[in-house]
Amino acid sequence: MTSLVLLEFDAAGIKQPSRSAVAAATALGEVHALVAGVDLAGAAAAAAKLPGVAKVLVADNAALDHLLAEPAAALLLALAPSYSHILAATTAVGKNILPRVAALLDVQPISDIAAVVDADTFVRPIYAGNGMATVKSSDGKKIITVRAASFDPVAAEGGSASIEAIAVGDMPGLSKFISAELSKSERPELTAARIVISGGRGMQNGDNFKLLDPIADALGAAVGASRAAVDAGFVPNEFQVGQTGKIVAPELYIAVGISGAIQHLAGMKDSKVIVAINKDEEAPIFQVADYGLVADLFVALPELAAELERS
Amino acid sequence: MKILVPVKRVVDYNVKVRVKTDGSGIETAGVKMSMNPFDEIAVEEAVRLKEKGVATEIVAISLGVAQCAETIRTALAMGADRGILVETDADLQPLAVAKMLKAIADTEQPGMIILGKQAIDDDMSATGQMLAALLGWSQGTFASKLEVDGGTMTVTREVDGGLETVALTLPSVVTTDLRLNEPRYASLPNIMKARKKPIANMKPADLGVDPAPRLVTIKVDEPAKRQAGKKVGSVAELVSKLKTEAKVI
Repeated sequence: MTSLVLLEFDAAGIKQPSRSAVAAATALGEVHALVAGVDLAGAAAAAAKLPGVAKVLVADNAALDHLLAEPAAALLLALAPSYSHILAATTAVGKNILPRVAALLDVQPISDIAAVVDADTFVRPIYAGNGMATVKSSDGKKIITVRAASFDPVAAEGGSASIEAIAVGDMPGLSKFISAELSKSERPELTAARIVISGGRGMQNGDNFKLLDPIADALGAAVGASRAAVDAGFVPNEFQVGQTGKIVAPELYIAVGISGAIQHLAGMKDSKVIVAINKDEEAPIFQVADYGLVADLFVALPELAAELERS
Repeated sequence: MKILVPVKRVVDYNVKVRVKTDGSGIETAGVKMSMNPFDEIAVEEAVRLKEKGVATEIVAISLGVAQCAETIRTALAMGADRGILVETDADLQPLAVAKMLKAIADTEQPGMIILGKQAIDDDMSATGQMLAALLGWSQGTFASKLEVDGGTMTVTREVDGGLETVALTLPSVVTTDLRLNEPRYASLPNIMKARKKPIANMKPADLGVDPAPRLVTIKVDEPAKRQAGKKVGSVAELVSKLKTEAKVI
């Protein structure tokens, strides 16, 4: 029984959610990893160092650049006969590609698993994490996306897998990459950050999100937001933490001016330590917070920034 | 161009759902049901494309129990032209839904299918991608903007680090993200008009699809509960606790 994990990477190496997907796959048996795109030498070398990976497949083809779903699914379909399980992280890339592969294999995908019970049985959240369903698949092959926050990622170094270039057949030409507009930030990615500080509707406008910056800088934290803040247009959607945004589980999550709607809690309640700052002491966020501070955020945030600077 | 819009009947997003005490699933008896919010965005987008003259007809489709007809009526009141109900009591999963939608698309020959990026009940986020695969079409998932130009469509997608823009050959399947649009409320006259719009009724067998689930739910547990912690009196106390007690900064 061998699993294949589709990896995402950037110049810094294999992305953390993908390393969590490798961790989930190691619970199932031997693990092979796939890197696809162009100029893959660095990514292949980084993948080969992941502990637990036995072999790295390298699919170098211009059609696979940017991992568009149509060609990437065609590639995975071609590789599928050798594998019992195909996995990827529950990211925009994983969610886009894996269900497409599953349909082509006549398999019902198992989305966003939070635990592996056995080779056929997995635990996954439903209803925004208000229920944890244990599901058993009757399909011959399993197509799985992995909730990164639920699996400690494998280390970036320590392994020594073999690297094998694979032939890529004809790719469907249904889609074409035009451009990417990625937020430039010196801060860590939301899903990989050790500390996250998020603002909600209480921030009142987009400008006020700047109040979070000195604190995020002092702590090396990523900045997030509730859906309410995104809906109100304060910040772009990629900041969104919650059922319909990103799922995070940092060591410290600081919720500022966030009431704590179910949809938001679904995205952060597995954080190790939760801090809530809200002027409404009845806000539901306090029911999940380890430390609650009832205060006006416009007073508390500058104080917090100053306090952190002092120490 | 004809547009199909699949709409799912789900527990209303404002309902605080509870796990059944026997662990067999989520309590849905007597709970308010509504159209999946992302599917509302899909209906709205289709209606806007019709208003722009891109779409000529909008067909709303729902699969599931008889009451899914109400969800179709909601779409008709928003501006869809007719409905198709595939009635079944089976526990439908995305693979079976995608197969049935494919069978309908084979007959209806739409130029585009727009649906929500995920349903807020099973949170699978799979049906649109699977439907595109079965049809052999392109897919524009998590769309926050789309523009149709002849035989191609430009879709801006919400991805992890920001936005990605792709050009897709039509026909195509689009799944909607939050910022694509803000769905309208149906006006009373339109709700009245929707009552007269036709809804065709069929069964999974009419589409040649076995709706049996491939995933069996063994049990549903309550998520681990967090205990409410303590209130701190000041920012200084908070920082001190985070340092000495929680040891996270």
